[in-house]
Amino acid sequence: MRTDPQKTVRLFFGPQHPGVTGNMSVELWVEGDEVTKGISRVGYLHRGFEKLMERRLWIQNFPLVCRMCVPETDVNEACYAEALELLAGIDVPVRARWLRALVLELARLGVNLMSLGGQGGTIGLGTAAQWGITYRDFVLDLLEELSGGRIYHMFILPGGVRRDIPSGFFSRVETVLETIEERLPEFDRLLFDNAVFQTRTQGIGVIRPEWVDELGLVGPMARACGFARDVRQDDAYEIYDQLAFDVVTETGGDIFARALVRRRDIALSIDLIRQIMKRTPDGPVAVQLPNLTRWRIPAGEVYAKVESSRGEYGYYVVSDGGLRPRRVHVRGPSYVHGVTLLERMLVGTNIADVSNLMVSLTICPPEIDR
Amino acid sequence: MKFTNIISPFLAWGRAAKKADTVAFPSADRPGAPRYRGFHINDLEKCIGCGRCEEICQNAALDMTPTPLTQFKEGDTGLRPRVDYGRCCWCALCVDVCSTGSLGMTNEYLWSSVDADEFIYTPGLEAKPWDDSSRGYRQAQDILGWAGGARREMPVLPPDERIKTFDEVVMGFIEEDAVAEAARCIQCGLCVSACPAHMHIPEYLLAIAERRFRDAVEIFYQNNPLPEMCGKVCTRRCEMVCALGHQGEPIAIRWLKRFATERFDSLAEVMRMWERKAPTGKQVAVIGAGPAGLTAAYYLALAGHDVEVFDADRKGGGVTRSGIPMYRLPDQSLDKQMEVFKNAGVTLRFGQTIDQSRFVSLCSDFDAVFIAVGLTGALRLRIEGEDLGGVESALDLLARVNLEDDASPVGERVVVIGGGNVAMDASRVARRLGAQVVLSYRRRVQDMPADDEEIEEAKEEGIEFRTQTIPLRIESRGSKLLYLYGNAEMIPDQKGGRPRPRLMEGTEHELEVDRVFVAVGQAPDLGFLPKEISDQLKVDWGKIVVDADQFTGVPGIFAGGDITPGRDDAISAIADGLRAVRGIRRLLEG
Repeated sequence: MRTDPQKTVRLFFGPQHPGVTGNMSVELWVEGDEVTKGISRVGYLHRGFEKLMERRLWIQNFPLVCRMCVPETDVNEACYAEALELLAGIDVPVRARWLRALVLELARLGVNLMSLGGQGGTIGLGTAAQWGITYRDFVLDLLEELSGGRIYHMFILPGGVRRDIPSGFFSRVETVLETIEERLPEFDRLLFDNAVFQTRTQGIGVIRPEWVDELGLVGPMARACGFARDVRQDDAYEIYDQLAFDVVTETGGDIFARALVRRRDIALSIDLIRQIMKRTPDGPVAVQLPNLTRWRIPAGEVYAKVESSRGEYGYYVVSDGGLRPRRVHVRGPSYVHGVTLLERMLVGTNIADVSNLMVSLTICPPEIDR
Repeated sequence: MKFTNIISPFLAWGRAAKKADTVAFPSADRPGAPRYRGFHINDLEKCIGCGRCEEICQNAALDMTPTPLTQFKEGDTGLRPRVDYGRCCWCALCVDVCSTGSLGMTNEYLWSSVDADEFIYTPGLEAKPWDDSSRGYRQAQDILGWAGGARREMPVLPPDERIKTFDEVVMGFIEEDAVAEAARCIQCGLCVSACPAHMHIPEYLLAIAERRFRDAVEIFYQNNPLPEMCGKVCTRRCEMVCALGHQGEPIAIRWLKRFATERFDSLAEVMRMWERKAPTGKQVAVIGAGPAGLTAAYYLALAGHDVEVFDADRKGGGVTRSGIPMYRLPDQSLDKQMEVFKNAGVTLRFGQTIDQSRFVSLCSDFDAVFIAVGLTGALRLRIEGEDLGGVESALDLLARVNLEDDASPVGERVVVIGGGNVAMDASRVARRLGAQVVLSYRRRVQDMPADDEEIEEAKEEGIEFRTQTIPLRIESRGSKLLYLYGNAEMIPDQKGGRPRPRLMEGTEHELEVDRVFVAVGQAPDLGFLPKEISDQLKVDWGKIVVDADQFTGVPGIFAGGDITPGRDDAISAIADGLRAVRGIRRLLEG
């Protein structure tokens, strides 16, 4: 590694930098405009979630876990709920499972719109960023109507979901889906058909297929390298085994391929949401939980995972039979993508592509700083 | 790279001609969704200050505080939640678990102020623009337990079985049900202030929920030496105020107490570890071995005093033994509880009638006397024919069946006059003795002082209720009696009490019966008090007036139980006993 002090400039990139994904920073060693070494500096968001959870009642962690990932809160709720249900032996009503899948897909749709827009934003295509956020807001409106909160939905509760859907909700979902579908071609022209976008993403930030297993890459990072890895299909949770879909894959492994995976994931989410809306059965949406302040969960340990927009997201929960978790460990995909992978990929990158690269890895710092 | 790829991004300009997706703030309002979790509202009238919201809040954003508009009363702590919006995370768990449903969240989300302290506010107390908002997040389905889940069903004998026997109607919880029922408790403690004896209910429910049954019994005995009796027949003021009763069913506190004591064949065995204090040499006489007398005797004995209890009956328990039928409180249960008193060192002297001269000698022989004789006389109907043979006080019937095991039939058809618990007991006893029973009461069913459960069970057992009937006279017809009554109409009470019955002139019905049992109330009888003592006492409606320590005002003499004013039930008597212990110990120990 060349770090000649005469040639090298040490550059702190973030945490207060619009090109950085969330609240983290990378320390760069730059020669000319080429990065020769990069180190992820995290810790700015450390709130001690995992430790906090050990001193809160089981149910009190339910409003806490969603804060682990701001753009896509529901995966945390789903993981936590599923882990508790597995430990406590709670059988979730069928309708609740469908509604959970609906929320998870809506959230995925929203976050993919945002990160796709963000991908444009990092290379100066501000319009794409604005549009992405706007379309995401349509989805957030739906989630607000459903759950009462725009960002922290706190909707997927151990034992089911918190409320049934409001009347006429599905038709409003359909309207939003149509709006997004109608505008996506414009979005495509702005991004994928754009010479600037192509130049700045094709062949840049390439993940080599052999890294996938070496580093444990998941989600779009693996799928853009041709690996059809998706928890929704590999280890179906909720009702995903009842939905018909093919896992989206691309082969380029570069930023463009990852963006394309996201773009196709948007279309897939829209399709899945339609399937869910068509097939959601009637029935109760939750089971009655025991006295919440006295709720002891039988001793045991369990790993619950779901597919987030960034890949496999897991919760490892240990109970000692008490009122509070003995230990909760969160497996956020960004830990690998944002530290190990990013540090490896930064070497040799043009400095102008650093944020481009970070966005394409959709690094979510709170997952690293649990 | 294709030429079109250079042109295509510019097509985005087409959007500029279309309507914007954003709204202009503040000219365009953007209300929160109908179930948006915005600022809190609280109905101060409905809220009972149970503190469930404070307990569930993971951010400690809620604080139960006194307010100028609310005050402590039975079933209401007088406290109301205050929200700190610097801590609140808007999860609405507080709304979902609110036991009364008073707490809600509106869809308002804009509030600005230069004063940060303003954001610590008590919903409902400080007027806000959203106070009347009907939109926002409200309690819906009970998944988070505002109603605490379903109350465990208590197995009971079916009505047609139980009229054949004096076996207990209530069969008792099995362990799993008891533990699950106890686990519903939210530990608000409203029950503690409602219980006259202030039993440590949340603590013993917790013990039962955690299967620490021995601990539970020890907690009972901290302020109730007759827990099994209370577990069977208590009037359960605690359950009336239970926070879970507001939107669901209260916890079966009484049955849980019964469950825990019935786990042990010998309560004396459990309570053996209770050490008596070193003897003080002071002597206390207790007149009456009912709940009040026994309570005082037990705790005074534990405090090291020499206690002798005198009772005219052959066994202890007072009216709980003589007046409460076996199917609610079996003799064996009382016998089991009486052992504890012997173990505690109480001297029980039965078959001892206290008259005036005996009372005088008690006063001189003992350092303190506690009068807990209960109500020994029965109120009369004051109608013609009341003294005919076959007309009897219901209490006499109950005492005969309970104390003398006299199960001789009372005839084919009887009438019981009254609407209290004694009337229900007498009716149901007569039913078990094979009679068809008519219950005659002046007011309506909803006005009856009897416990709802008793009324319900009496109906199930086939007791015929004739309400709004006023006894006119009783006549003799051959070997039978003729009970004559008129109809009553209800007129509102000027003072806001129960509506009063008024005889509708000209109505008169007759009912041919074998026996008439009168259950219109009991009266105190202070005939055993020498005049020089009774003259010094303050007597109100025949009852002895006492202070907060059950002190009568006559040196060394205390009184409690039904003979003093207040509610006439076992748990109130126990509470009187506890207060008398405080008073007597203060007198004897200084």
